[in-house]
Amino acid sequence: MNKIYILSLVAVLLMTGACKKDSDFLDVPPKQVIPEETAFSDPALVLSVLGDLYNRQRDFSTLDGQPEELPYIVGDQPGWRSFADFSEAFPSENGSNFLVQRTGWDFLEWGIWNYAYIRDLNLFIQRATAATKLQEADKTRFIAEARFLRANFYFEMVKRMGGVPLITEPLTYDYSGVVTNLQTPRAKESEVYDFVISEAEAIKTKLPTDASQKSRATKAAALAMESRAALYAGSIAKYGATTPQVSTPGNEVGIPSAMATAYYTKSLTAAEEIINGSAGAYQLYKVLPDLSDNFAAIFLDKSSVNQESIWIEDFKVNSGKVHGFTVNNQPFSSSDEGLDAGRLNPSLNIVEAFEKLDNTYAPIATKDANGDPMYYTNQLDAFAGRDARLAGTVLLPNATFKGKNVDIWAGYQLADGSILTSDDAGRLKPLPGTNVNIQVVGKDGTVNGQEFRSQSGFYIRKYLDPQVGSGRRGRQSDVAFIRYRYSEVLLNAAEAAFELGRTSVADGYINQVRARAGLTTPLSGVTFDRIVHERRVELVFEGHTLFDMKRWRLAHRVWDGGSMSVNELVSNIGSSTKRNTQPYALWSYKYYNPASPNNGKWIFKEVLPSAVTGANRFQFGNYYSLITNDILSANPKIVKQPNQ
Amino acid sequence: MQFKYQHIILLLAVVLGTASCKKDNYEAPSSTLKGRIMYNGEEIGLEYNQVPIELYQPGFGKVGAITAPLAQDGTYSSLLFDGDYKMIIPASQGPFQWRETTPGVRDTLAVKMSGNQTLDLQATPYFLIRAATYRVNSGAITATFRADQIITGTSAKTIERINLYINKTQFVSGADNISNAEIAGTAILNPAAITLTATVPTISPAQNYVFVRVGLKISGVEDMIFSPLQKITTN
Repeated sequence: MNKIYILSLVAVLLMTGACKKDSDFLDVPPKQVIPEETAFSDPALVLSVLGDLYNRQRDFSTLDGQPEELPYIVGDQPGWRSFADFSEAFPSENGSNFLVQRTGWDFLEWGIWNYAYIRDLNLFIQRATAATKLQEADKTRFIAEARFLRANFYFEMVKRMGGVPLITEPLTYDYSGVVTNLQTPRAKESEVYDFVISEAEAIKTKLPTDASQKSRATKAAALAMESRAALYAGSIAKYGATTPQVSTPGNEVGIPSAMATAYYTKSLTAAEEIINGSAGAYQLYKVLPDLSDNFAAIFLDKSSVNQESIWIEDFKVNSGKVHGFTVNNQPFSSSDEGLDAGRLNPSLNIVEAFEKLDNTYAPIATKDANGDPMYYTNQLDAFAGRDARLAGTVLLPNATFKGKNVDIWAGYQLADGSILTSDDAGRLKPLPGTNVNIQVVGKDGTVNGQEFRSQSGFYIRKYLDPQVGSGRRGRQSDVAFIRYRYSEVLLNAAEAAFELGRTSVADGYINQVRARAGLTTPLSGVTFDRIVHERRVELVFEGHTLFDMKRWRLAHRVWDGGSMSVNELVSNIGSSTKRNTQPYALWSYKYYNPASPNNGKWIFKEVLPSAVTGANRFQFGNYYSLITNDILSANPKIVKQPNQ
Repeated sequence: MQFKYQHIILLLAVVLGTASCKKDNYEAPSSTLKGRIMYNGEEIGLEYNQVPIELYQPGFGKVGAITAPLAQDGTYSSLLFDGDYKMIIPASQGPFQWRETTPGVRDTLAVKMSGNQTLDLQATPYFLIRAATYRVNSGAITATFRADQIITGTSAKTIERINLYINKTQFVSGADNISNAEIAGTAILNPAAITLTATVPTISPAQNYVFVRVGLKISGVEDMIFSPLQKITTN
């Protein structure tokens, strides 16, 4: 009896339990997908969507590297390597020697064609516009930020590819089998720049005016983008006239020279809007008394004290968004990770470009007037009296990092002219006339082919994080990458004013940047070469080199494929067309001659590292990266790049 | 009959071997198109892999060129399927002028492939290096040559520079050389007698010969034009 009762109870329970509507059972909202209306109902959720879009921005040089993106980026690129090209640095990692062994760049290089990202931005703008539950102020700001990201990405594309299809609405396929309505031809190069400029003008009032807001778009970021974009367009219009080969009949590549003045005017106006303070309280970073430390600190200081950085890619330790730039490039002798160190070695080419405090150019003196070597008591003396940005950008031999002096020297120079050295600092040898084994080469180099130590005689200092633990792989670093900073805005203004013939205005802006670097004698009457030089030394290793050289149409002259001699290296410094095809090194030797007053002093020699077998050759076809056959096949309306 | 392990393996091999004896792929292209680019029978010397010939075969889905780069001596060759092709040398490639239908648009050549074919191309270079002679003198090579301007009139161009290149292999150009000497176009006094001297550096492992060419850079044209390759015994 009892059994039957229990059984029937179970049966009843089962049947009633199963008596659920099918739709209730099947329609389970997915837990890993947030529906549109939910996502766009809460500002915190919208911000997380936007955060992903921020993360997908693309920089030429990145601290955390580039993931593989076929066909344009083959294989993951480590962050440090994106700083190492163009003879401004030597890569001290044997796996990266191709950077100095190749004789040019592939036409694919630097290309991007990421319309998936553009589509996501367009979708975001569409959905945010349609959202009803957001507050109007939030909504305006979110949309303006997405439009900023879109404009900035189009700017990135136009720099590399020339005119690209301008897609500002999410495209929808109607499954009709006909895709011609989705195929958009390339816009003119000038039209893409016009788009960037007009978007910046449209959104600048909708973005916050706040100098302490650095990782999200602000009014100043929009204006800085506008100023740079207009400057690029202006110089392509002006200097593109010197390379008529680099243009297409439909102006998908190339801007008519008549448009130059209008662009330069826009660039100057946008820059001056930041300079006059209407976009927030921005100014040059002048906090530390030592000008070199101060310059290095621009890139390290993320607090509101830093009123120079405008828009940054931020990182945060323990958050997952960190980068190994310091791990990869820390001095070998004080490395937290043994062999993980010392990869990015600035070249002598860039070191000697930092001028002397009297505004003159001079190579690092290695020989006196008679051709005899110059003897220095301290290695750093060879670099004294120069632009403070040199020691702020480059870690010089015997300079200090994390409280330790870097130990860079190539060996002993003996009195008979021979050199005593070894292939590793740990391999000791006795000096002539003694029998005590001593160290005969620096712990940080320089030995040809000895990777992870300096092979050029220098280490990088820009972005190198002095925090404890920044060199550990487990912790890494959260130094930010500055995308736009006030100093560049000043240089944009100076260049635009110069091109508009307003030289005294240009002097005023460029001298502010120079004074901060300790060059207190003002320039009067800046020249084109001075502007090229100033951007090179101020903005080196910030991802500007290639694009600056491209827009001035100097790239094929500076990287002309010819090899460089030492004489060529040390002459014509400061000329905008100076050949720069091979990264040279400056090796220091300790002089050993107990009979001489110079015993124990330092001498320097210009050396071409043995790994440097190639010479950079920039072809006309490199000015705009290849549009692949896949893209051309998918959209026959796209015209090919010139010279490819 | 007793089945042995080996028998089974053998049987399997035979079955699999015969079963896979089926055509499962296209024939490889087998018709060779080759030729040489010349000016009135004279060699137009180039840098290898720098000047492409592009062949298009329309009507097969994706658009994309089959490129056949010109070699140092101006020869090219490509393995193709039989069919109709269109051949171009892309605009502003090469140190020469190509027949143009309208200014700036280069003429397309229709090529019908059925079996092997030799197709020589005619182009007019802006300049030619002629009568190059080389003299070895105590570790240095002196080249004497003429730089003849071929294209004159409105489309004439000027010489930017002339280089003597020396290399230890037969690839000799601005990218591949162990030594070179340069003279700027403005420094040339008599184009009919130009002399350049470059030293031959020590080659390791030692070899007693080098390859030399003279290259001429035309202003506004990326590709250099070279004299014929010459092997020189240095001692």
